[in-house]
Amino acid sequence: MTEAAISLKHVTKSFGSVIANDDVTMEVRSGEILALLGENGSGKTTLMNMLAGIYYPDHGSISVNGKEVNIRDPRDAFACGIGMVHQHFKLVDVFSAAENVIIGINGKGRLSHRQIADAIRKICDKYGFDIDPDKKVYDMSVSEKQTLEIVKVLYRGADILILDEPTAVLTPQETEKLFSVIRNMKKDGKTVIIITHKLHEVLAISDRVAILRRGVYIDTVETKDATEQSLTEMMVGEKIELNIDRPLVEERPLRLRIEHLSCFNEEGIQKLDDVSFEAYGGEILGIAGVSGNGQKELLEAIAGLQVTMPGASIVYNAPDTEEGAELIGKTPRKIRELGVHLSFVPEDRLGMGLVGDLGMSENMMLKDYTRGRGIFTDKKKPKELAERIRKDLNVVTPGIGTPVRRLSGGNVQKVLVGREIAAAPTVLMTAYAVRGLDINTSYTIYQLLNEQKEAGVAVIYVGEDLDVLLELCDRILVLCGGRVSGILDGRTAKKEEVGRLMTQMRKEAADA
Amino acid sequence: MPEKKKNGEPLIRLAKRDSLAPAARIGIRLGSLLIALLFCGILIFAITGLNPVVVYRTMFEGAFGTKTRIWSTVKEMMMLACIAIGLAPAFKMRFWNIGAEGQVLIGGIVTAACMLYLKTLPSPLLLALMFAGSAVAGALWALLPAVFKAKWNTNETLFTLMMNYVAIQLTSFFVAKWENPFGSNTVGIINQNGMQGWFPALFGTRYFISVILVLLFAVLMFVYLKYTKHGYEIAVVGASENTARYAGINVGWVMIRTMLLSGAICGLAGFMAVAGASHTISVSTAGGRGFTAIIVAWLARFDSATMLLISLLLAFLQSGAGEIASKCKLNDYASQMIIGIILFFILGSEFFINYRCIFRGKAGKGEA
Repeated sequence: MTEAAISLKHVTKSFGSVIANDDVTMEVRSGEILALLGENGSGKTTLMNMLAGIYYPDHGSISVNGKEVNIRDPRDAFACGIGMVHQHFKLVDVFSAAENVIIGINGKGRLSHRQIADAIRKICDKYGFDIDPDKKVYDMSVSEKQTLEIVKVLYRGADILILDEPTAVLTPQETEKLFSVIRNMKKDGKTVIIITHKLHEVLAISDRVAILRRGVYIDTVETKDATEQSLTEMMVGEKIELNIDRPLVEERPLRLRIEHLSCFNEEGIQKLDDVSFEAYGGEILGIAGVSGNGQKELLEAIAGLQVTMPGASIVYNAPDTEEGAELIGKTPRKIRELGVHLSFVPEDRLGMGLVGDLGMSENMMLKDYTRGRGIFTDKKKPKELAERIRKDLNVVTPGIGTPVRRLSGGNVQKVLVGREIAAAPTVLMTAYAVRGLDINTSYTIYQLLNEQKEAGVAVIYVGEDLDVLLELCDRILVLCGGRVSGILDGRTAKKEEVGRLMTQMRKEAADA
Repeated sequence: MPEKKKNGEPLIRLAKRDSLAPAARIGIRLGSLLIALLFCGILIFAITGLNPVVVYRTMFEGAFGTKTRIWSTVKEMMMLACIAIGLAPAFKMRFWNIGAEGQVLIGGIVTAACMLYLKTLPSPLLLALMFAGSAVAGALWALLPAVFKAKWNTNETLFTLMMNYVAIQLTSFFVAKWENPFGSNTVGIINQNGMQGWFPALFGTRYFISVILVLLFAVLMFVYLKYTKHGYEIAVVGASENTARYAGINVGWVMIRTMLLSGAICGLAGFMAVAGASHTISVSTAGGRGFTAIIVAWLARFDSATMLLISLLLAFLQSGAGEIASKCKLNDYASQMIIGIILFFILGSEFFINYRCIFRGKAGKGEA
């Protein structure tokens, strides 16, 4: 039997009345790659944060290499050899890679940049990283930043690495590269805990899988004995159908024609470059791409929230008229007054789609609060709508007056999607509609989108999980560096092909 | 490796509370007030040797001892409440209007000007003009920073703050211009003989109209923020400008409109201060109330009834503290200290409403 690198005994942590971890007792073996699996809100990150010294457990004890320890802050964690790479990077943008690595370390004597750079290069060579110690963080891509975070914890001599959803922001190719690095670390005798909820990745990389469900530890199983189906059932606690429907709708009228769409963001960086495509009713058009390649700007341009360059055109064809309406240069309210039924589920749910401080009921009237009589708002209809959505979509909330900020991510999304669908759209745009949602809620959302599609709505689905895009969408448009690098048929496209198109422009730029 | 020692656990940890029952919130706030009084009492006794109970009774008598004192406390309370009501929509929109002081003064200047130059007009017309003039003046004073913020996204905190100093200088200018008697460097009581432009006395006091006006504003503001489309727009813009844009709200216009309203009410506070109370104008007409009202508005979370209550508390402290300064032969600083300590405890109690402390070894026990 291998020695336990970490052993948790009866660890409990609660936030207010929410119990994030309930009496968790588990072990991490020395030198293994352990996948920590669980749905959102199942307490994976909280549990790991207690190892990293971010939180302190309410109850229970933690042992590292057989000795009971007290981890009060990240410094204690490093003293135990535990290093964590957080989901949201903790880097200083204006510092170089090397400077970021040494932040917080009290070294003796003079600070030698050369020595640090050498040490970093040594780590890189050993595990197969690729990083320039002098490069500033603001010049780095997401995957480079992540590499830097890993180098940072290795430099501090961590033997036990915790990676919190490291693949969420990576392309399939970058993920493969990361996995080979993780395997190298294992060869070197390091223990790696990887948090994820992508099942195929769990099966590809881990030795064992530990499963949490709603804060409770379920079991740890050997990866070789597990399947996607068996893991899902343990995670969710019930049998679940993992297939996404893709009904074919025969009648597909043109809804949106977008031509030569270009725009710049506030910093003057070009985010969209001559984008042209069409969206049809009765189909789901998927938009794939590495996050930040123009998806946000594209949807916001259609919604009337993004200033576009001259020469662009977005023409909307209503179901009952022949003539199209030009949307460019119109505010969201003007677009609505034109009779365009455009629903938009933005990426930033609480920062754009909803008002966090207001309750469900008051959020229902966000887009049509002007309908009330005279100077007063109508509170009755939104209240009814809120009650209906709460019931139909099983929104878990203490009441429709409870600020939506207090709801969990999945419930927030249900409120938002519910409202947008209730507006009876002809075009429905969603950005990362299932980000952070548990499996059940994700499938509810897919089903809602399919229902809309069958009702003849043109659905535009910006997604990040390629497997889902390939299963759900009729067509897939790939954005790269603000340009359309390809439009594929969702039924025949291959994952590798989409992955290649997602990074195509970057490669071309590098070759040039 | 930090091995586990007995009591290695941190002594106090903080945890965010879910949400507290309204009764518990009120309990914590009242508790903090009691602790503040106790603390002040100990301090008073330790430093001066006076009996704290006597000091507090003096305070109470200072604020509510006689009819005149009651009205003077009420007057102070209404001034504070009026400005706070004016600030509420701006702050709810997360527009940091630090310029109430100036808006009050400008409203006061216009009121005084009407009283001086239009005193031949019939009284109701004159009062109506004073009302409208002071509201417009306050609104315009607030308009400038709002337009700049809406158009060029300038920092409204600095802008409104600076506008105060311009208003103070303007006030000095008009005081010098309207000096009466010559050489006194004050305006004196305006229209002392004819009382033109003074609030008429109702139920034996000239303050009564102010009370009615402020209570009316309080009700209207409550309805405005809670039940109207404008109020909804303010809440959305305050929560997130992006959400507001997404909802199709014209953010710039909402900002300008709300600041016009905010400034107008502050201007009206100036009108009440001049026409309803002091019947004169000086740089101390606003007297820092434009800043104190910020505390009132925030502590009350922009709720009208709560704003009135907190204004009452502050007005009570102020009149009471003045009394102990003279009666107990403490100087003015001592009373300022007492006000400071009480405010400190009340503001500090907000921390315990949002967080709870977990002491070593007590985890999980007590309330969850």
